[in-house]
Amino acid sequence: MDTLMLSRLQFAFATFIHFIFVPLTLGLSIIVAMMETKYVRTGDETYKRMAKFWGKLFLINFALGVVTGITLEFQFGTNWSRYSTFVGDIFGSLLAIEATAAFFLESTFLGVWIFGWNRLSPKLHCTSIWLVACAANFSALWIILANGFMQHPVGYVIRNGRAELSSFLEVITNPYGWNAFLHTVTGSWALAGFFVIGVSAWHLLRKQHVDFFTKSFRIAAGFALVSTLLVAAVGHRQGNIVAEVQPAKLAAMESHWETQKNAPMYLFAVPDPDNEKNSIEIGGIPSLLSLMAFNDPAAEVKGLKDFPAEDRPPVTLTFSAFRIMVGLGTAMLILAVLAFIARHHPEEASHKLLKIFLWTIPLPYIALQAGWAVAEVGRQPWIVYGIMRTRDAVSPIAAHQVGISLAAFFVVYILLASLDIYLLAKYARSEPH
Amino acid sequence: MDLGTIWFILWGVLWAVYFILDGFDLGIGTIMPFFAKSNEEKRIMYNAMGPFWDGNEVWLITAGGVTFAAFPKTYAVMFSALYTPLMLLLFALILRGVSFEFRSKVDSPGWRKIWDTCNFLGSFLPALLLGVAFANIFKGIPIDQDGILHGNLLTLLNPYGLAGGLLFVALFAHHGALWLAFKSEGDIHDRAVALAGKLWPVVAGLVVLFLVMSLFMTQLFANYLVNPLLFIILLVAVAGLVLTMTYRKAGRVLASWGASAVLIGSAALFGVVGIFPALLPSSLNPAYSLTIQNSSSSPMTLAIMLGVALVFVPIVIAYQIWTMRTFSHPVTKADLDYEEAY
Repeated sequence: MDTLMLSRLQFAFATFIHFIFVPLTLGLSIIVAMMETKYVRTGDETYKRMAKFWGKLFLINFALGVVTGITLEFQFGTNWSRYSTFVGDIFGSLLAIEATAAFFLESTFLGVWIFGWNRLSPKLHCTSIWLVACAANFSALWIILANGFMQHPVGYVIRNGRAELSSFLEVITNPYGWNAFLHTVTGSWALAGFFVIGVSAWHLLRKQHVDFFTKSFRIAAGFALVSTLLVAAVGHRQGNIVAEVQPAKLAAMESHWETQKNAPMYLFAVPDPDNEKNSIEIGGIPSLLSLMAFNDPAAEVKGLKDFPAEDRPPVTLTFSAFRIMVGLGTAMLILAVLAFIARHHPEEASHKLLKIFLWTIPLPYIALQAGWAVAEVGRQPWIVYGIMRTRDAVSPIAAHQVGISLAAFFVVYILLASLDIYLLAKYARSEPH
Repeated sequence: MDLGTIWFILWGVLWAVYFILDGFDLGIGTIMPFFAKSNEEKRIMYNAMGPFWDGNEVWLITAGGVTFAAFPKTYAVMFSALYTPLMLLLFALILRGVSFEFRSKVDSPGWRKIWDTCNFLGSFLPALLLGVAFANIFKGIPIDQDGILHGNLLTLLNPYGLAGGLLFVALFAHHGALWLAFKSEGDIHDRAVALAGKLWPVVAGLVVLFLVMSLFMTQLFANYLVNPLLFIILLVAVAGLVLTMTYRKAGRVLASWGASAVLIGSAALFGVVGIFPALLPSSLNPAYSLTIQNSSSSPMTLAIMLGVALVFVPIVIAYQIWTMRTFSHPVTKADLDYEEAY
């Protein structure tokens, strides 16, 4: 394999592992903050114990999120130096703002929160977890605005052989970036909601610490329902934006080959990119694709055939990842409604339902990873949509260097991620103090 | 002063602040295997850096991010040319980061030993690698006009690079011993002060050695000869070196730590000022060097980022100082019973 392929694999793998831990951080920080707020307001010690119990899981999860994040910032330089030179004027500043405006706040006040239970007033202590939660989500905004520039570059001019900033306002109000941010954080909140629901269900199945986990379940159920509804609404809007600014990605998401008005959507299809068609198409619903993409059943949807082959993203992967995301998102919506109905007396819910809630935990994880696969694979062959190809972005370094670091990433990340998940499971099953 | 020069100075200051702040964590991790006699003592050391280490490490992210934002080409070449040492640094920091969280989560001596080893390697190696990398940058690295490194990891392990590495390890170990003294009491406090006393001559010797080597093996003094006022930086470094000893002997450990911070900061700035206006001098040909001129961002980006830095960095410094004051008490055995302690 060459430096390009190895570097792509390395970045994909490192981001994938990083993003196992990030969404729970984004959502659970808010849930823990809600619990502690309830403790400060009511003085009920159960809520303090809840903040501590879920806070411990938050911290175990956070550890891997933070260490795997550091490498990503530097990989733009190590493996994508030509990209970094080309877009640093814009992309670099967004990352630098993320660090100074958000990540400092998150890391510093997390330390304060961990060590401050007995040293700060309850109100100040509660404020510190809210600062962590806000900073974590604010951090996601800057990262996704940076990604938004790669997806839909705005506010730049090509000058001195690179993309230079022409309007900072346009860059930070990029509609693609903002909507992708909302889609990502609401998805992450839903993930955290289902995590708390699932772990609570595990304890309720065993009839242990019923009061504690009923209260946890209740908070999480409301949170999960609101988040799941939001993620669907924002997701629809995301589809509209992609249709407008990344038509090739939209066509790949639907494996849509022929440009047509009243474009149908198929319930089931198997792409056959070699022959530029779908080998199987079942359950076509007329005009649905036009309606979903442009909110107009008569709208024309451009097909893949109208893009030069070298400008098309990998169809099968983009298409399948999109189907997985939408399918799981729909399932999550139903499960969130069920959890919401059961929220007052989850301990009386049937064994079957509680078991389903337990096994729901992995679904949002898969949905979120699939969603990012759509965003990133669907952006190919571009690293910056329409202006720089991925193959032109890689560093002039020897393939063996990347091969060795990729192997190291693989071994170290798999090992640490497994240990972290083991610890999460161990402490999720432990007795709340 | 033009924007490029302002950003050059900020760039140097951010790296210096990173060395000062993470320096004491990395130092404590480095001395731990030789210092701690029991698990309890190790835990006191971990908790002495507990509320701070993560916030300190963000200065590295910021230094990296600012390099990217203000000098994208320097960022691109610096990290791709130094690919292998940077990867080693990152993996070491990963192991260190998780060791804090993992160590106390399973009650078994074998488990703790694994994370103690990771914490040591994750502290010692970054100190060494940062020293080697920055010494090489001060001397100039063999990059050609395309930013490709002519050489490998061994090229960087030249005598000057190694002297820089040893200097960083000694500076950080000394700095960490003083922080530990500040954050402990009784026997550990006394032993930490004594260790700082033993490390001081090593630091002083390496500072002198590094300066002499810089004089003969680098061009660092050229800027100083043109503008002798800059020698103040060296005077400040020497003052830090002397004061850290006198304060320590007077029993004022926090002041001694502060003087050590001044020493570390001015040591970093000594080199940064020496390479001005280059950020990454090429040892092959000065024309290949990456400088303010040929690697900085557009004036618009530099201006906006300056605004961001002027607003947020003072806020960050304010709340980090507040954090240090809030947790300035010595870590005692009672603190180890605290549920959330490492």
